[in-house]
Amino acid sequence: MQQLGMGQAVNQALREEMRRNSEVFIAGEGVGVGIHVNPMFPTTGLLEEFGSKRVRDTPVSEAAIAGLAVGAAEAGLRPVVEIMFNPFITLASDMIVNHAAKLRYLSGGKSSFPLVIRVKTGAGFGAGCQHSHNLEAWLAHCPGLKVVMPATPADAKGLLKSAIRDDNPVIFIEDMMLYFAPGPVPEEEYLTPIGKADVKRPGGDVSLVTWGNMLGVAFKAAERLAQEGVEVEVVDLRSLVPLDTETILESVRKTGRLVVLHEATRTGGFAGEVSAVVMEHAFGELKAPLRRVTGPDIPVPASPTLERFYIPDEEQVVTAVREIL
Amino acid sequence: MQIPVEKKREMLWTMILSRAFSDTLSELCKTQGRVPGMMILSTGQEAVGSGVCAALLPEDVIVTNHRSHSHLLAKGADPRALMAEIYCKSTGCNKGKSGTLHLAVPEVNAPCTSTVVGAGLPLAVGQAFAQQYREERRVTVCFFGDGAADEGSFHEALNLASLWRLPVIFVCENNLYAGAQRYEEHTRTRHVADRAEGYAIPGEVVDGNDVLAVYASLTKSRQRALAGEGPTLLECKTYRCHGHSESDPQHYQPEEEIRSWRGKCPIPRLSDNLLAEGRITRDEIREMQAKAEAMVRDAVSFAEASPYPLAEEALEDVWAD
Repeated sequence: MQQLGMGQAVNQALREEMRRNSEVFIAGEGVGVGIHVNPMFPTTGLLEEFGSKRVRDTPVSEAAIAGLAVGAAEAGLRPVVEIMFNPFITLASDMIVNHAAKLRYLSGGKSSFPLVIRVKTGAGFGAGCQHSHNLEAWLAHCPGLKVVMPATPADAKGLLKSAIRDDNPVIFIEDMMLYFAPGPVPEEEYLTPIGKADVKRPGGDVSLVTWGNMLGVAFKAAERLAQEGVEVEVVDLRSLVPLDTETILESVRKTGRLVVLHEATRTGGFAGEVSAVVMEHAFGELKAPLRRVTGPDIPVPASPTLERFYIPDEEQVVTAVREIL
Repeated sequence: MQIPVEKKREMLWTMILSRAFSDTLSELCKTQGRVPGMMILSTGQEAVGSGVCAALLPEDVIVTNHRSHSHLLAKGADPRALMAEIYCKSTGCNKGKSGTLHLAVPEVNAPCTSTVVGAGLPLAVGQAFAQQYREERRVTVCFFGDGAADEGSFHEALNLASLWRLPVIFVCENNLYAGAQRYEEHTRTRHVADRAEGYAIPGEVVDGNDVLAVYASLTKSRQRALAGEGPTLLECKTYRCHGHSESDPQHYQPEEEIRSWRGKCPIPRLSDNLLAEGRITRDEIREMQAKAEAMVRDAVSFAEASPYPLAEEALEDVWAD
């Protein structure tokens, strides 16, 4: 099987969908000719294959980029636009929150908005808090938006293809640290369903629910705990909206214990939602209080020592699991 | 510019219909609880929507804003479906989801109404992009007020539309007030149209109470857009005869100013012109008025007789299947 980074997997998904449907186009800052030249990046080579009509470099203009997507989608195109870094969605947020998410509802179901907004995210590259800020919980809080946050290259490819074919607005969040973590990606065409979590590692003692870049941390923690005889079940949500509550509850009912892990900050983070779902539906089956392992409630700092402190690590996960065993 | 007499009569009709519509709503607002929500009317500004839409073809797209009624009527929206939506009834064009402020009528190519000031411009850029991408012979018009020109979205949209030569016409309906602020209290730019120069596109100031001038300018900018020459910023100078909404006491608008602008009403301005040219009779004008009033009365009866949506319908229409 081919080994690809997540950016390369995204690139394959974009190529396949653009070849399949001439109404798919991409737009964003540097999606054609960019300041980052790297074969591991998602839009490398697309301009050469599809030309400047379908690969549109835009000005630094996030509101216009997102508005372009919303307007063009209503008109029937399938835009896939990129917001370079997650914190910059604040500049596009009116178009995303008040328009992409709401205009279908406001039309009484007459119009649909088949658009994808790809957002690059994640801490770990020393850029500081205005480039690194995971805001998936904000987006998940807006009815009308699907929110997808893949953890593996294979899922990224299959989920992005599904997102492009979806008739709803999809926010597709890519953690840039995963661009450089190759993994197996099937050669043949496949779609990964949005709204379906994936048990990435089965186990019977504790459910560890996570998504995005934290899957790697979850695996490391599970490995260490396995050496102590503790079997961790790692559930990768893949999509926050729609949320696959079935898979979460099935796992928790089996293990009776829950740890939720995300890189985003703690207060108002999506771990709260996952925890609430479990408390509402599986309280009686919990053998211990749940635990959250998250980034602390601080902006992502720049210095390597401070940034490492910010990003949750396997030690914190192992500790959390031990506390509830 | 030679404007066919049928076009002129069409514009007179849509202005008369819009006025009957807004006058009726204004009266209804005086009865507590009859029409829900925040009522924002375009009384006195009808020439902008009528002149613009008369210069468009049905396949052209409009993106409008909180002061949308006259634009939508001029684009051909069904008064019954609009009125029922304004009443938030299940028979409304958006099944009670949008109310008076966010009316969406995709069947007449008026798919997006945004009440977020300035938000229509990036949406219009997207619509125009799709038209250019598919090499269609149609254009998009975005209506917005003078206040919207102070939003970042205005500037981002003009820049991108100019850069990509998109077939979009930005129509600023400058009614002299943004909320309670008079024009010169919210910007020092002499005309909104002056901002076009910053984006290397034509900017034109038009008498927004002269429907024929609006029609002529729009026709020219539409041809320009279709020729691939890109967007135009058209500023139609008009006046907000009512408050921002019907609950606004207008204490900040000088009475003399309101009176003077009421004297510049666009409807007699066109009908007098047609009468002078012998293109219409007083009886025909009276017939138009009677017909418009009857249509609006019928729309109100339809809306009042219609049921509210069932509570659980609130859960529908969030997602496309």
